[in-house]
Amino acid sequence: MYAALWRVLPGPWWLRVIILVVALAALLTVLVLWVFPWVQTFVAPQDVTVQKN
Amino acid sequence: MLDMTEPGSSRSSRSRRRISVVGVLGELLLTAGVLVLAFLGWELWLQDILVGGQLHTAAVQQSKEWDKKAATTPVGSNVIPVSTAPGNAQRFANLIVPRWNVPGQPDYYRPIAQGVGTVDVLDKYNLGHYPTTQMPGQVGNFAIAAHRSAYGGNLHLIHQLHVGDHIFVETQDGWYQYSFRNLQYVQPTGVGVIDPVPEVPGAQPSDRMITLTSCNPFYSTAERIVAYGMFDKFYPRDASKPGGGAPAEILKTVEGGHS
Repeated sequence: MYAALWRVLPGPWWLRVIILVVALAALLTVLVLWVFPWVQTFVAPQDVTVQKN
Repeated sequence: MLDMTEPGSSRSSRSRRRISVVGVLGELLLTAGVLVLAFLGWELWLQDILVGGQLHTAAVQQSKEWDKKAATTPVGSNVIPVSTAPGNAQRFANLIVPRWNVPGQPDYYRPIAQGVGTVDVLDKYNLGHYPTTQMPGQVGNFAIAAHRSAYGGNLHLIHQLHVGDHIFVETQDGWYQYSFRNLQYVQPTGVGVIDPVPEVPGAQPSDRMITLTSCNPFYSTAERIVAYGMFDKFYPRDASKPGGGAPAEILKTVEGGHS
């Protein structure tokens, strides 16, 4: 899968590395800004208050 | 002799590996594992640093807006003002605790909102004010709650307070200075800690207190950790003074400083 991706990318090896680094940074940004906060809502909420049952 | 072969020819002659189902499945599983680790790194560490910076910015901006209003509505120096409680989920104060400044990060300076609802207040990165308790500076108990970790981890370092450490609550009127007194650990049902006189239900309060509650131990909700502070002094907001008249100890923080 990743080997195929490497073959599909154009240009010399250093250009491919740059493309991959930029794509990875974009992926991490999307994860941190939107995906992770959404996933967090499914993790059991941490109750931090004192209250009567 | 010089090799005249074209640079690309050696690659094209290399035999290409076939893509196998097992190979792709393995790579997908590895990717999933890396994603889970990335999520945990964000959830337990990176998120609180990012959110802490955002909250610091919001608090600094709020303080500057209050400074603008202070010029027209100065508060008498001998009065301890008590504002009326705002609507649910509205931000009305900032918490400043110099002990919780972390080197390399913005100073600890974070908004307090009305109410302790999980979804509408605490998960929106606020510290939350128990609506049944008193307001800052009021005789009785100003009790607030926040996450220990994740969602900003606003009370992450609550266990590191030393006796006498100053806890500042900033409102439009100025800065209420409290001194940390002690920690207590209770069951999640230990509602006595937010009474006007903590753990003495029905007693008539004569002191002004602050109570901070969060969960304990880390990454668990089994218990609650409680920190108490006693009121020392009120510093009125005065637009003619540097930092709006903030106490010297937190002047740099209020002006947006880093440690």
